[in-house]
Amino acid sequence: MIGLEHYLTVAAMLFVIGIFGLFLNRKNVIILLMSIELILLSVNINLVAFSSFLGDLVGQVFTLFVLTVAAAEAAIGLAILVCFFRNRGTIDVEDVNVMKG
Amino acid sequence: MIQADLNVILPEIVISVYAMLALLGAVYTGKDRLSGALTWLTAAVMALVAMWIALSGQGTNVAFGGMFHDDGFARFAKVTILLSGAVVLVMSQDYMARRGLARFEYPVLVALATVGMMVMVSAGDLIALYMGLELQSLALYVIAAFRRDSVKSTEAGLKYFVLGALSSGLLLYGASLVYGFAGTTLFSGIIAAAGEGYTPVGLLFGLSFMVAGLAFKISAVPFHMWTPDVYEGAPTPVTAFFATAPKVAAMGLFARVLHDAFGGVSHDWGQIIAMLSVLSMFLGAVAAIGQTNIKRLMAFSSIAHMGYAMIGLAAGTALGVQAMLTYMAIYVTMNIGTFAFILAMEKDGQPVTDISALNLYAKREPARALALLVLLFSLAGVPPMLGFFAKLGVWQAALAVDMVWLVVASAVASAIGAFYYLRIVFFMYFGAEGETLQTARAPVLWVCLMGSALVMVVGVVNMFGLESVAAAAAATLVN
Repeated sequence: MIGLEHYLTVAAMLFVIGIFGLFLNRKNVIILLMSIELILLSVNINLVAFSSFLGDLVGQVFTLFVLTVAAAEAAIGLAILVCFFRNRGTIDVEDVNVMKG
Repeated sequence: MIQADLNVILPEIVISVYAMLALLGAVYTGKDRLSGALTWLTAAVMALVAMWIALSGQGTNVAFGGMFHDDGFARFAKVTILLSGAVVLVMSQDYMARRGLARFEYPVLVALATVGMMVMVSAGDLIALYMGLELQSLALYVIAAFRRDSVKSTEAGLKYFVLGALSSGLLLYGASLVYGFAGTTLFSGIIAAAGEGYTPVGLLFGLSFMVAGLAFKISAVPFHMWTPDVYEGAPTPVTAFFATAPKVAAMGLFARVLHDAFGGVSHDWGQIIAMLSVLSMFLGAVAAIGQTNIKRLMAFSSIAHMGYAMIGLAAGTALGVQAMLTYMAIYVTMNIGTFAFILAMEKDGQPVTDISALNLYAKREPARALALLVLLFSLAGVPPMLGFFAKLGVWQAALAVDMVWLVVASAVASAIGAFYYLRIVFFMYFGAEGETLQTARAPVLWVCLMGSALVMVVGVVNMFGLESVAAAAAATLVN
């Protein structure tokens, strides 16, 4: 029987994979965008699982909002990335280093 | 029913409708030729809405079943946000025009970000919180990368985007846990679930994630790494905007989440906030010492100032929130003046951000150097200036709950921090002979610089009644 804790475990694993993807990845900025998407989707799994467990629809409404915002966020991220590529000619994470910080 | 709800959010509706009409109008008519007029118009709309909120708002109005609160706290934060946003817009117009950045999208994006901030400080529900935060963040990512042809600006935008999205993710993961363990997204329901004596561990887990996400937004250590790069890379008017209105909004949201949703477990988060605050103050003070770029220096300065403001939150009392609100209002005023000066710094028509360019500036422009001196003393917290009284306020709040160690730590940090502010003053008055800095002649910038410096001195008398207003605002949040 698959219960709430299984869904929460999957979501937690996806969340951690996403966080590690952001910090360990040294190759490509696109992978950062994918990691961000993974984090947001793990949240969605959490919300839907809780929503079904509690018998409360608000969680699913929240999920729809998160999905919408995630789409807008990806669009803006890609737009900034295109601008950056035009100036720098590369999208390697290691080359995002004009300013040290 | 819906009519009453809409009345509560009328200020937000007015600015959003204005922003969309401005966007449509500018696209179909003059495009970038309209940018100057549009900037002034947007600033005027924002200032008018601020006056409207300040004068007409009364009592606590709740809309959409508790999702949106219009109370004294929200109104105080909204007026600060709108006024500082309007002033920064007006200041940026001249800089943008002369650097070929005069695009009509800028005021529109600032107006939209402002709507997001207004929703943030009024949020009474996790969904409203998230939507407000994202509306603000998405607009800010774009304006950070506003100089599309510059590597630095697009890199700032990219860094801000990636770390901002990460912080939204952390916050959201926390929100999902809070929803699951409290069974509702409404703050009023969460506070009931979190204050019943036994608090579910999942709820505290969610709280920690949300605190981490919010700490990113106010750039508190250890979530500050984006700040110096974004401040340095973004065009200076955008940096000035980042250092003012969004900080107030994020601080307001922080206070709202902690008190409205988790007011019952203040002993749990008080320690976390105190630790973030101490780390921010010390890192802000120490790391700024080696900086030569004044925008980077202001980034570390803002990290340190967020640390001081968080002392008020760590106290967890109405007095603490009052001190935090007063601190933010004074901090924003100081920053507006300082950035008015930074915006004017140039050499041969090119913007300069190196602090050694200020060598012996006082000999050439004594009045302006004196105004900057007053502002820097105030930022450092030197007694006769208003900035000292801002710090005194948070110290009083901390002492009232016996957090003596926090007060001592912040006094030490502010003594260290005074060094780098005073170093700029040293350069201005006793620096070496060198190339001369020219400063732009834009009257708006000088009005802002002198006005803000004047406020720092004259405000000492009674703070313009700010304290009683902040006290009334804090009383609506903490009860």
